[in-house]
Amino acid sequence: MDDVLQAEEEAILSNVRSRLALFEKDRSRLIPILQMIQETHAYLPAAAFGIVADFLGISECDVYGVATFYNQFRFNPPGRNPIKVCLGTACHVRGGDIILENFERRLEISEGETTRDREFSIERVACVGCCAIAPVAVIGETVHGSMAPSKVESLILRVQLEKEREERSQAKNESTQ
Amino acid sequence: MSPPSSASPETHYLRIRREADTRRKSFVELTEPRIHIGMATCGIASGALETKKAFEEALAERRLSARIHSVGCIGHCYAEPIVVIDNPASGFPPILYPETHPGKAKMLAKFFVEEGDPRLEHILGATEPNDMIPVITDYPRFNMETRVVMAKCGKIDPEDIYDYIAEGGYAALAKSLQEPAARIIDEVVSSGLRGRGGAGFPTGRKWELAAGAGGESKLVICNADEGDPGAYMDRTILESNPHQVVEGMILCGYAVGAENAIVYVRAEYPLAVKLVTRAIEQARKLGLLGKQILGSPFDFDIQVFQGSGAFVCGEETALIQSIEGNRGMPLHRPPFPVQMGLNGRPTIINNVKTLATISPILENGADWFRGIGTEQSPGTAIFSVVGNVVHPGLVEIPMGVTLRTLIFDICGGIPNQKKFKAVQIGGPSGGCLPEEFLDTPIDFDSLIEAGAMMGSGGMVVMDEDACLVDVSRYFLEFTQNESCGKCTFCRIGTHHLLTILERLTQGEGRPEDIELLQTLSQDIKNGSLCGLGKTAPNPVLTSLQYFMDEYEAHITEKKCPACMCRSLTAFYIDLDTCAIGCEACVAVCPTDAIFTTSTRKKGVDLVRCVKCGECMVACPPEYDAVRRVSPLGLAPAVEKPKETPRKE
Repeated sequence: MDDVLQAEEEAILSNVRSRLALFEKDRSRLIPILQMIQETHAYLPAAAFGIVADFLGISECDVYGVATFYNQFRFNPPGRNPIKVCLGTACHVRGGDIILENFERRLEISEGETTRDREFSIERVACVGCCAIAPVAVIGETVHGSMAPSKVESLILRVQLEKEREERSQAKNESTQ
Repeated sequence: MSPPSSASPETHYLRIRREADTRRKSFVELTEPRIHIGMATCGIASGALETKKAFEEALAERRLSARIHSVGCIGHCYAEPIVVIDNPASGFPPILYPETHPGKAKMLAKFFVEEGDPRLEHILGATEPNDMIPVITDYPRFNMETRVVMAKCGKIDPEDIYDYIAEGGYAALAKSLQEPAARIIDEVVSSGLRGRGGAGFPTGRKWELAAGAGGESKLVICNADEGDPGAYMDRTILESNPHQVVEGMILCGYAVGAENAIVYVRAEYPLAVKLVTRAIEQARKLGLLGKQILGSPFDFDIQVFQGSGAFVCGEETALIQSIEGNRGMPLHRPPFPVQMGLNGRPTIINNVKTLATISPILENGADWFRGIGTEQSPGTAIFSVVGNVVHPGLVEIPMGVTLRTLIFDICGGIPNQKKFKAVQIGGPSGGCLPEEFLDTPIDFDSLIEAGAMMGSGGMVVMDEDACLVDVSRYFLEFTQNESCGKCTFCRIGTHHLLTILERLTQGEGRPEDIELLQTLSQDIKNGSLCGLGKTAPNPVLTSLQYFMDEYEAHITEKKCPACMCRSLTAFYIDLDTCAIGCEACVAVCPTDAIFTTSTRKKGVDLVRCVKCGECMVACPPEYDAVRRVSPLGLAPAVEKPKETPRKE
């Protein structure tokens, strides 16, 4: 697994290097650059900080300091099915922390982490703006409202079943070819 | 800048307006049905995309021709996805349907669009007066609002500038460009508008300061860094009517003599970013932005900057730091940004709602605006009312309406026959008000007097099941996390406040804690530079003031009166009402904490139980056997059989 990650990271870094050319060499471009990296690659690999720092002519710890200051940036690759649990005010009042806890227990990871098979990752977010259907969890792009602990189980099962079904049909296709 | 010479801006504008009117006319005179779908983030979250697809499929299947019109959000979150169908051939007025999920969409395509039967059992009401069916404005949630900022939200397509212009958009700009800049400032001053970002500083005064500031290139910033977890009106405005904000920015730029502007919008609002970027492009194309706007000598352009999510960046100096590529840490004021802001340039920062109020004021006049709201706080206030209310969503009301009217009359009161307990106003910087304050009028000064503040406009209504200690802990967890770390009292003080509150919710509170909370809160207020630290202790202070008995119960009795704090609450199953053979609770328990007792009823293993409350929901109402109690000792001990269930 680690080899795979490393190879992926290499690819990301070379891509980052080439894209940096599009930016002006100015300190005020720092956040837009970090946003660009995260938008294309879903996270900020640690090695990218040095590249950005060199490009802008600032220290690496300056880049790291800015990146860790803001909530938007993440530093490890998300799972294929990123789970975001809303902990905005309305969701909190209706038990959002219980939903987060259920995801954590079920997947055996904590908030901010990714499962070993990189299938799921859990994040907490502050308000996705669907307060009327609280508590809310977002899996991939789909918002699931009125969450309950038993729905956590069924949502994860559904994702896993869909994956298995896909694998089966893929295997079937390959065998028929 | 020389004053504009001829009447050219209005002439220019009329040409665009005529085009908009022609487009609108051809849309209005369509004989084919029109389907308006609310497609802001909240609508999409509730399934508006699926609804739109269902309509498209159904129309294609039935070979019907109808126009689908994506509009913004009208603020009625409880009813999303919202659809308005206008089928002129049916003889019915346009009708609003709530909760239109794909099944209902297909049904409506068949019955109303194809056959002209509006299926009255599914409607909320007609959107126009008529003598056949009730109108939505018969409901308090619709007719008790006064819409100034959100007047066009949900009616126009946010992606189409002509839709905004056909509703009178940019007329105020065209008119104002023919007048001296000072007159616009005078108008804003005499309107009495106060900044809608929370603090309520007079906008006109701010503009005067900016206009009077020296320096060549002034800058306008629209603050759309809405960070309060539970307020989303800025996002809704940008997603539903971005042009009204753009117009406000241009007017501000003209009034204070700026050439550039930045919209600082959170990257977490991708749709808002997309729509405001598009709005700026469209405005540029029509000559409403860029060089010589509408033929006048005034140049102005707007860029979008995506904020990366830090609550403290709502503070002006922190926001500027973040645009400069630094950590968003506030600076000491003075110098104020209007004197020395981004890269040393005089910078005027206004909130989204403030800027969106400008064009209505200039269009209708300061006296009209003063006629709405109260003497000291003219105009309207937008709240996102969430929590335990029947009709949550965005509400725009004239200032001066009481909390009671807002919560009970407009938003339908507390659901499930529960009792009102408290309302939290102003998000993490605001305070909790108890029932005695329900008759407080909503305006800047009355709220501060009561201990809360207008803040971001987040309003969370709590029923008897909410624990105020836990709510304070929640807000402190947020502010502690978001403290930028510059001031010691804010950085370490909020951490200590949080530790104490956590201790209380876990039943480890000490008698001296209450006093410690109070003194520490005061110290944080005094020892912090910016608004975040100065207001962070507000949730604690107000809840201590009005709900002291709850804090005391947590400390002396180890009891959470609302049974919310999980460490102080236990679940048990009432063996008198539990039914033999029913397994409803067993099936839903996520930790297998429910076992079968020797009497073949159920018991809760308190060690395994995580107190999620799922069994309580699952237990059939005819048994209603699951009980929740606090303190822990109240739960009767039920012996768990040692072996696997005995053979019968």
